[in-house]
Amino acid sequence: MSDLLNVRDLRVTFQIRREGAMPWAAPQPLRAVNGVDFALAPGETLGVVGESGCGKSTLARALIGLVPATGQAEWIDGKDLLALTPRQMMAYRQDIQMVFQDPLASLNPRMTVGQIIAEPLTTHRPDLPRAQVRDRVKAMMDKVGLLPNQINRYSHEFSGGQCQRIGIARALIVEPKLIICDEPVSALDVSIQAQVINLLIRLQKELGLALIFIAHDLSVVKHISDRVMVLYLGKVMETGPVQALYSNPQHPYTQALLSAVPVPDPTIETAKTIVPLAGDLPSPMNPPSGCVFRTRCPRARAECAASVPVLTVGDHQVACHFPGPLTEAEIAHARRTEAA
Amino acid sequence: MTLLTLTDLSVRFQTNDAEVRAVNDVNLSVAAGETLGIVGESGSGKSQLSFAIMGLLARNGRASGSVMFDGQEILNAPVKLLNRIRAEQIAMIFQDPMTSLNPYMRVADQMAEVLTLHKGLSKRDAVAESVRMLDAVRIPDAKGRIRLFPHEFSGGMRQRVMIAMALLCRPKLLIADEPTTALDVTVQAQIMALLSDLQRDFGMAMILITHDLGVVAGSCERVAVMYGGRIRETGPVRPIFADPTHPYTQGLLDAIPRVDQDDEELRAIPGQPPNMSRPPSGCAFEPRCPYRREGCASIDPPLEAFAPGRARACHAPVAEVAARHMRADPQPDLVAAGDALPADDTLPAGAVAGAGAAGATQTPGSEAKP
Amino acid sequence: MVIDQSKMQSLADRFVEAEVKGRSPWADARRRFLRNRAAMLGLTILVLVSLFAVIGGQFAQWSNEELDFSVMGQVAQMGQPSLENGHYFGTDNLGRDLYARVVQGTQISLMVGIVGAAIAVIVGTLYGATAGYVGGRTDQIMMRTVDILMSIPYMFVLILLLVMFGRSMSMLFLGIGLISWLDMSRIVRGQTLSLKNREFIEAARATGVSSFRIIIRHIVPNLLGVVAVYATLLVPLMILTESFISFLGLGVQEPLTSWGALISEGAGTMNYGTLWQLAFPLFFFVITLFGFFFVGDGLRDALDPKER
Repeated sequence: MSDLLNVRDLRVTFQIRREGAMPWAAPQPLRAVNGVDFALAPGETLGVVGESGCGKSTLARALIGLVPATGQAEWIDGKDLLALTPRQMMAYRQDIQMVFQDPLASLNPRMTVGQIIAEPLTTHRPDLPRAQVRDRVKAMMDKVGLLPNQINRYSHEFSGGQCQRIGIARALIVEPKLIICDEPVSALDVSIQAQVINLLIRLQKELGLALIFIAHDLSVVKHISDRVMVLYLGKVMETGPVQALYSNPQHPYTQALLSAVPVPDPTIETAKTIVPLAGDLPSPMNPPSGCVFRTRCPRARAECAASVPVLTVGDHQVACHFPGPLTEAEIAHARRTEAA
Repeated sequence: MTLLTLTDLSVRFQTNDAEVRAVNDVNLSVAAGETLGIVGESGSGKSQLSFAIMGLLARNGRASGSVMFDGQEILNAPVKLLNRIRAEQIAMIFQDPMTSLNPYMRVADQMAEVLTLHKGLSKRDAVAESVRMLDAVRIPDAKGRIRLFPHEFSGGMRQRVMIAMALLCRPKLLIADEPTTALDVTVQAQIMALLSDLQRDFGMAMILITHDLGVVAGSCERVAVMYGGRIRETGPVRPIFADPTHPYTQGLLDAIPRVDQDDEELRAIPGQPPNMSRPPSGCAFEPRCPYRREGCASIDPPLEAFAPGRARACHAPVAEVAARHMRADPQPDLVAAGDALPADDTLPAGAVAGAGAAGATQTPGSEAKP
Repeated sequence: MVIDQSKMQSLADRFVEAEVKGRSPWADARRRFLRNRAAMLGLTILVLVSLFAVIGGQFAQWSNEELDFSVMGQVAQMGQPSLENGHYFGTDNLGRDLYARVVQGTQISLMVGIVGAAIAVIVGTLYGATAGYVGGRTDQIMMRTVDILMSIPYMFVLILLLVMFGRSMSMLFLGIGLISWLDMSRIVRGQTLSLKNREFIEAARATGVSSFRIIIRHIVPNLLGVVAVYATLLVPLMILTESFISFLGLGVQEPLTSWGALISEGAGTMNYGTLWQLAFPLFFFVITLFGFFFVGDGLRDALDPKER
């Protein structure tokens, strides 16, 4: 089966004016996404994880055309989405929809739920009679677990989890093929989070959707994804099938991330060893030479500063000069340097 | 030795629309040097509980009951006494470090001010002590960095600065309100490790308020689980995680996806959290509870001890919850299944109009009834 | 099977079930506003003043142009307010009925205030929202234009306009309209900038809603709160401006009049014992301003409850 979306060398660069610089001084480039490749099959879920500032939200916004990007994003019909004019892009906007992080902020407080959910539909199908729009909105509300008779309510009358359901209904109303979820559950409480995750999984199965699921919570990503991509400073560190990546992480960064995730089990949680990361995230305006992770890597060597590691080929890819599980000695060494 | 004892602590807020009962009759104690975790979702009252202890409630809030700290009543105590205790005995750290750091003052001046004011140190000694404290929270190059302004630190470092400031006067109790929620996992792990090291070194007690059960599992000795303004279950951390005896605790543990296990499907808790401006007359968890029975909707169960050090507030017998003998089958994602009857027919229109109440009224309970 | 049927039934029921009416943010604000005593007092004053302007003329026994020859020349003795001769508010220096003139002055002053504020609301909102939403170079050009217009001393320009093109009502509206929208457009642009990055705007952009529709459907309705508050504060400002110009003698032309012109006349004859000529127009002027300020404060509290 051919890929639904095939992204090659996606880059997003923001021009940032330095603080206090004169208005005519040349702005500096900030490479938020710095050459990302991935492919997504129809109906598949790709999880994107990384810490704040790794470019995962920018990646989402680039794919949906909210920020300008370079590179290639080939849709299933062979068209490069990034090369389309805004007018040509309109046809594809139906196929790619987005669910946002903050459930309440992503809904216009002055519009009723019905108007909010109907908006994509009325934008793309202006010829549709109003009664039909209303019926489809109600059917969609039922599908995402909202009572259709609440159609005239406003978003502030709903709880956070319900607002997220409204956001999902809005994304689904135009029958897209791909939904990009940008931290869809991180603002929700644990018990509500599980409801929304289950809903997303159910809808995905029912409708054959592909998902790009962006989150900082590795447990949630593990639960929902088929494949996972780990980002750091706008670059892919490791990507692979969820089982392989979680049970056998190759990149030191992935290992550090996974070791830091708290597990709700006191016996495991108090006994586990955490791989410490030295220092702070470097500024994306001035990333380290060679491997961007080398300044914090427990295994960094001279070669890491000299050349940029490329992603290996295959199902489970890693961008590291020295991949493989960290040894006890390396972790102990990292701990000493962190404490110093 | 008991350091802090809360007796029947309640917090009420007077809003334009109604009285909000944020905290209801909470009884808790914290021993010296102990770590107590308070777990709950947003709106469970966990933060307001800590604000009440510190005397930091918003102006429309009222606390009643008793808070004994080191043998002294501090609830609604005179401002002068509270100020001294807040500075020297109880410290608090927040989710957002900028709430306790002045953005227009150098870190050195802010930290030294605390010491000159409360310990009577000279400026020079105060700065030296501040540098030592920044070293203790493992800020590299503390001597140089103390001259910086708060915004010049990264998120994790700023949190360390706030912790250092909170510990300057060597408090006996540290209240940490979601200290790592805004941080990335790797930074969170560092901060939690730091907190437990500092706690050991300084011999202080800590109340850790969080929604993250994973964080509690790693660093607490005892846990109190809050829901709807009340403590639902409390006890040592290991037994609570191993065999939770309250349906809510059990549901919460089932609902979390785990990074170390392959979970088939998450068992979500159906329904929505209660609206505390219209608290239910019985157990606040009743509408979402798979073990609910007659009486749950009308009588709020009291917190009762059932084993050494453990207590729970539930009408269902311990054995039944432990055996997962669910009476009302919790359909996953009940609202989504669309089986809930809209409660608008049964409730007066005014009651449904409350903000956020639209969902709270879709009770699975209405389905269970014939 | 039975269960299935009942399930189907319940599904069908849910579709035909009466739709619950939502409680819009506006309805919430209205409720809070109605509860605010000061604002209700202000609103009552404004309603009464407006009524006075609209139907007050019906009760006048004299027209505003008629000279009462019986009091002429001895206004200080004969022209006091009295019910007997029909001069409820007394007469002015020429013996014209002050009541009728105050009614007319109220009409004109309110009209100037409301028209000025309306121009500000319409032009300022659209201009500011467009500049803020489009951003970039367009924003730069549009806002620098506003800066330039603002840097011209408007009172001077207004006076110049009135002197050059003659004093007329339309010229007055034009002059006041020209300046009134500048501040509004700046405020609206600032609000738009903060709205622009909200997720619901991103959501609309992501589905391909056109810029025009985003401004009209998403940005403007969320701005209206601020705009409404500012507009209620703008009306008195416009009235003040007009009064000032009339006070200088450049405003409305006889036989038309306005509060400013009446106050000016009254102030001029204050020393001759005809204090009522100042007191009546001033009273209306002051209570109207108070009314608007109270209503403005009430609207701000009602529309933005978090601010308190």
